[in-house]
Amino acid sequence: MSQLPMIAVRPNEMATLAAETQPEPQPAMQVRGLGVRFGSKLVLSDVDMSFPTGRITALIGPSGCGKTTFLRSLNRMHDTTPGAVVIGTVLLGDTDIYSSDIEATQVRARIGMVFQRANPFPTLSIYDNVVSGLRFNGIRKRAILDEAAEGALRAAALWDSVEHKLRTSAMRLSGGEQQRLCIARALAIEPDVLLMDEPTSALDPIATMRIEALLRKLCERVSIIIVTHNMQQAARVSDYCGFLMVDDARVGHLIETGPTVSIFSKPRDSRTEDYVTGRIG
Amino acid sequence: MSLPVGVGRSAGALRRLRLGDRAYRRALQALGLVVLGIFAAVGVSLFVQAWPALVHSGPGFVTGTTWDPNKAIYGVLPFIVGTLLTSAIALVLAIPIGIGAAIFLSEYAPRRIAAPLGVLVELLAAVPSVVYGLWGLLVLAPIFVSTVEPPLTQLPFARGPALGVGLLLAGVILAVMILPTITAVTRDLMSSVPAATREAVYGLGGTRWQVVRRAVLPSVRVGIIGGVVLALGRALGETMAVTFVIGNSNQIPRSLLAPTQTLASLIANEFTEATEPFHASALLSAAVVLLVIALLVNTLARLLVWSVSREMRETG
Amino acid sequence: MSVIPLALPDRRALIREASVASRRRRTVAGLVAASLCVVALLVALVPIVWIIVYTISQGIAAWSVDFFTKLPHPAGIPGGGIANALVGSLIIDGLAALMALPVGILAALFLAEFSGRLAGTVRFVMDVAAGLPAITIGLFAYAVIVVPQHHFSAFSASVALGVLMLPIVIRAGEGALRTVPNDLWEAGLALGVRRARVARSIVIPTAIPGLVTASLLAISRAVGEAAPLLFTAIGSQVFSTSVGGAMASLPLVVYQNGIQAYPDLQQNAWGTALTLLVLVVVLNVSARLLARRMRRHAR
Repeated sequence: MSQLPMIAVRPNEMATLAAETQPEPQPAMQVRGLGVRFGSKLVLSDVDMSFPTGRITALIGPSGCGKTTFLRSLNRMHDTTPGAVVIGTVLLGDTDIYSSDIEATQVRARIGMVFQRANPFPTLSIYDNVVSGLRFNGIRKRAILDEAAEGALRAAALWDSVEHKLRTSAMRLSGGEQQRLCIARALAIEPDVLLMDEPTSALDPIATMRIEALLRKLCERVSIIIVTHNMQQAARVSDYCGFLMVDDARVGHLIETGPTVSIFSKPRDSRTEDYVTGRIG
Repeated sequence: MSLPVGVGRSAGALRRLRLGDRAYRRALQALGLVVLGIFAAVGVSLFVQAWPALVHSGPGFVTGTTWDPNKAIYGVLPFIVGTLLTSAIALVLAIPIGIGAAIFLSEYAPRRIAAPLGVLVELLAAVPSVVYGLWGLLVLAPIFVSTVEPPLTQLPFARGPALGVGLLLAGVILAVMILPTITAVTRDLMSSVPAATREAVYGLGGTRWQVVRRAVLPSVRVGIIGGVVLALGRALGETMAVTFVIGNSNQIPRSLLAPTQTLASLIANEFTEATEPFHASALLSAAVVLLVIALLVNTLARLLVWSVSREMRETG
Repeated sequence: MSVIPLALPDRRALIREASVASRRRRTVAGLVAASLCVVALLVALVPIVWIIVYTISQGIAAWSVDFFTKLPHPAGIPGGGIANALVGSLIIDGLAALMALPVGILAALFLAEFSGRLAGTVRFVMDVAAGLPAITIGLFAYAVIVVPQHHFSAFSASVALGVLMLPIVIRAGEGALRTVPNDLWEAGLALGVRRARVARSIVIPTAIPGLVTASLLAISRAVGEAAPLLFTAIGSQVFSTSVGGAMASLPLVVYQNGIQAYPDLQQNAWGTALTLLVLVVVLNVSARLLARRMRRHAR
């Protein structure tokens, strides 16, 4: 077993280079004045943030600060929670995804999601799991499904291990493999953005490493927004970071945002500095 | 196995403590055995009383189609058929309605109206079966005679005079009685499907119906079958409501509108007048047959429902 | 058909198109399905509403002071009441509860506290026994009590109903006892108190609301059952409080009067049915309210 990387905060050097040599592309998503309320309880308030195209943006912060709530407002997942109200604007490209003429199902076919615990459909095979999103969206042609499945499984670094057993049950895979299957499933419908909610928190270090390795390559296909409570992971993997925290009224705020390098080496806000140096957590 | 002396109490007191606990456990275990014994006694006592008639009729008891106490000929096949057919009709009607209602209550209805509506459906289960029987005989039967059955007599399997009472009405009443079972079991199972499974479908751009059809229903399929089998068990053993409306004919029913008899209604109708040789014993044999069928069906149901709830607990 | 790999933007466009094109179909399909489910629910509600409304309208007509205080009249003679059946039900059901509740609650305690093969078997058997036909249990009481004694009796009816109630009390009772938090059990044991004492002084009192709910549910089931009474108490036209003989009972009145062709007997049946319905609904609703209050306190 090879040595695991040192648990030191090492800024993402590739990202630094990319940020410095290439012009900023139009953001994949933007949020303005975003707030989320569950009934009368305000949980997240007044967030303004941009998510650059083709990059990985991490949302970090102590537990309970509203990172997941923030993430789920980006693909209208809160629509499925009765009593949840989302305020503000969330733009995918130029379009406000919460505008009344846009359906949530439309949004979610363009903004995919990977969850904290792998949730493959238990009654379906590996193949059926990967293509399930395509089938849900009305694509039935075998040729397209086959091709998309292979492409997605390759992108999730799973093809070689499952190529010969595509028809077997998805539940036979290990935890890490199941999560990569879920990533493949989300990728198969070619979303513009992929939201990831602490995708490796339930996995062992090796599986975590594998998934982190493929995130870098995925940037070519999708823009990634990842929530993580592990700041070393954020430092390893992301190009940009957003740091959130709750105030005394238990309302989450975006404290600081910027390139990962800056957040970790010269944060502007003292609270950010406290968090990334481990003084609070 | 003893603790060192001086750990808070004397060794003697500790030993007394353990004895008290052991006696307590023994007493409760004995009670458990008594309870098991009671139900074993149910089966055994019926079987003992049924034995003479079973010996007298032999295997012809279950396969014979003639039930003639005067000639001491006892064959319960017509009643087995009657029992199975009424239950089958009940299932055919209750399954789609029960599952459909459960889907609505669990997935579509806002919580504020789902709760009272659910209570209303469950109230169906609390109504005593004699009340169902009374309503069936005095309210539904006349409606069946006048409105429901005449158009049905055109169908090949529903020939015969429109009497109101008979196979169809009994099946309909049973359907109403087992509806709450199917709805309640399905609802419970659906609400225990973890949110993550539903969100997987939403996350891929699925509609709410796709969530229900592709994520929720497949994961509870086995449990729903268990609930259906459980409902079947109830339908098979139901006596009073059926006795009111079954029509009391000892022939194998040849039509949906025909009067017939189930094992349970047979016993209810004839037992107090059973004076011929072997008659009472034969009725008890019919009870044994009914008991065996009910036991098998109920055991199957419990195994199915248990396996699903165990799976949910392990993966949830 | 050969697979020509599509370049990424093309496949993406294809998927977008299909998604948009299928959306209307999927939405319509969803609406149709939802409507069918609504229809199913409405159909499911029709019987309960119909029965309740009809029973009330017919039964109220039968209700009067005489109805509840007089004895039944012979067929054809109007008037008469169900006084003997009211008292009879009270005695038979009361005796059944007296027999089944203590045994059931203690057995529930056994299941809640101990695990092992015996407990597992008891639990499984109770689950299966809950669905056994009531008439077979009535025949059991007939076989072991009526036959040896050579006469019908309310006592045998109580035994039958008690056996009927047992699985319900045990299952619901175990549920109630299990809601008592483990810390309470263990706190008592850790103090060196004997298990029996812990159960008696700590656990059972804490679970009382749940146990009462379980008992109410079991009683409400027993109150409405006629099948176990057919060959045990067999019903009666006269007033009696002797458990050693035949006795009238509310469900039997509904059955025995309901199948007769005489309108006044049928009206009696409706009045009795309404009485039963009220009893059962009151018991059930009380059980539910108690359960809800218990849950609120637990928070």
